[in-house]
Order: sequence, then structure tokens, then C-alpha cells
Amino acid sequence: MPDPEGTSGRAAIAEITLATSRDVVAARQAVARILKERGLSVMRITRFVTAVSEIARNAIVHGGGGQISIYLDTRKEYLRVECRDEGPGIEDVTLAMTEGYTTAGGLGRGLGGAKRLSHGFEVRSAPGKGTTVSMSVKL
Amino acid sequence: MSGVTSINLVENALLVSIQDDVTDTEIVALQETLSNRIAKERVKGVILDISSLEIVDTFVGRVIAQLAGISRLLAAETYVVGMRPAVAVTLVELGMYLPDIRTALSLTHALSQLRRA
Repeated sequence: MPDPEGTSGRAAIAEITLATSRDVVAARQAVARILKERGLSVMRITRFVTAVSEIARNAIVHGGGGQISIYLDTRKEYLRVECRDEGPGIEDVTLAMTEGYTTAGGLGRGLGGAKRLSHGFEVRSAPGKGTTVSMSVKL
Repeated sequence: MSGVTSINLVENALLVSIQDDVTDTEIVALQETLSNRIAKERVKGVILDISSLEIVDTFVGRVIAQLAGISRLLAAETYVVGMRPAVAVTLVELGMYLPDIRTALSLTHALSQLRRA
């Protein structure tokens, strides 16, 4: 996966296991706390944490659970959140990002919406290979 | 239903305070609890206080819209109060305009509208 934020090889500053909806709350609270410590505006925190919430829920609902890792780049300019699951994967990532596309009876705004609320956003997935979503926010 | 969300009768309305650490499971359970109470207590309105919510994502937004739909079928109007400005901006960015929901900036405002109803 390309690494524009320069976080590859860096140790995660926090890890959260996603199994139940309680863990989605824990994930967004962890990200919100880090961004507050970094002094981001309420507006930017709200936008990014909303994106994290969407993606964390996807991992539970579609991926059967997963793992979130939070990274800071070397120059501390970006916070990157990576969400991995071992679920069925997404056949067509471009289609899944399309506004209004849904497989679970939702509004189909989750993935595309999360992309819009992040600075960097990438999905790596293949059928049977699980899904990894990497999203970042400028600090 | 966990203790994180409270439902109180205020005048002719049910005041529902949703706490920030509410989970998807709990907010779905709230739909059932609330619809039963609307029918039983024959209230004119439901006031959803979301001032504690630091974020509202598409799932919670959808549940709030459904709560408003259920209330309307049971002859009660839903008011959402205390939405944070950053939450409003984010919801619009997500394309969620919540058209069927009446919003009020404060509880006082929502109650005064319900008195006139």
C-alpha cells in the first residue's frame, strides 16, 4: 500500500480490537482523545472521528470484527488510522465507494462519506482476503 | 436497555437524553422502548437531546430519522435539540439532511412549540 504519510514501519500508538458495537465507541473515543491532545479544532475532530466510526462499524457488520491501529508519522504531521478485517472482502472497491451503494440495507453513504471526511483514504480488499481501510487526518 | 440513555416525561413530551457512549445495540433498543412509551403515555411530542453526542454518523442518523418516523405514526412530533454545529456540518457532508425532523436549539424552544401544537 502506498504510504504518503510516512507511517510504514512505525509502531502503532494505539490498537483496538473490534468485536462488538461497544468497541466502535472505544475506537472513536481513542481517536478523539489523541486529536484533542494534538489541539485540532472541534470541526476537524468531529469530521475525522465520524469517518472512523463508519469504518469501524463496517469491520464489525461486514467483516465479522477486526482490528484498528493508530499511527503517527515521523514528522507528526498526520495521524493515520488503519482498520483491518478478515471478512469476505469487497469485490469492486470503486463500486462500493459509489454514493448510494449498499449491500446491508443501509443508506450507502458510509464508505464514500468516510472518504470525504478524511484527508487521505485508501481501501485495499479482495474477495476472501478481508478489507483494510487506511484513513488519515492532517494534524 | 443500559443506563446511558434516559427517558423522562416533561409536560406533554418524552425527553430522551442520548449519551455519547451509546452503542448501536442500545440505540436500536431505544426505538422499541420509546415507541412503547409514546403509545402508553399518549404524549404529543418526543424531544431527543443529542447535546452529549460528539459525533452522529450515518447509522445513528438513520436511527434518529426512524425514531421520528415511528413517533409520527404514533401521533407525536419529534424534536431534536442540542445538535452541535460540527455535527450538523458533518451530517450535511454525509448527505443526511434529516428532512422529517424538527430541530430546536433548546429544550425550552421545543416545549413552547409543543404547547402550541
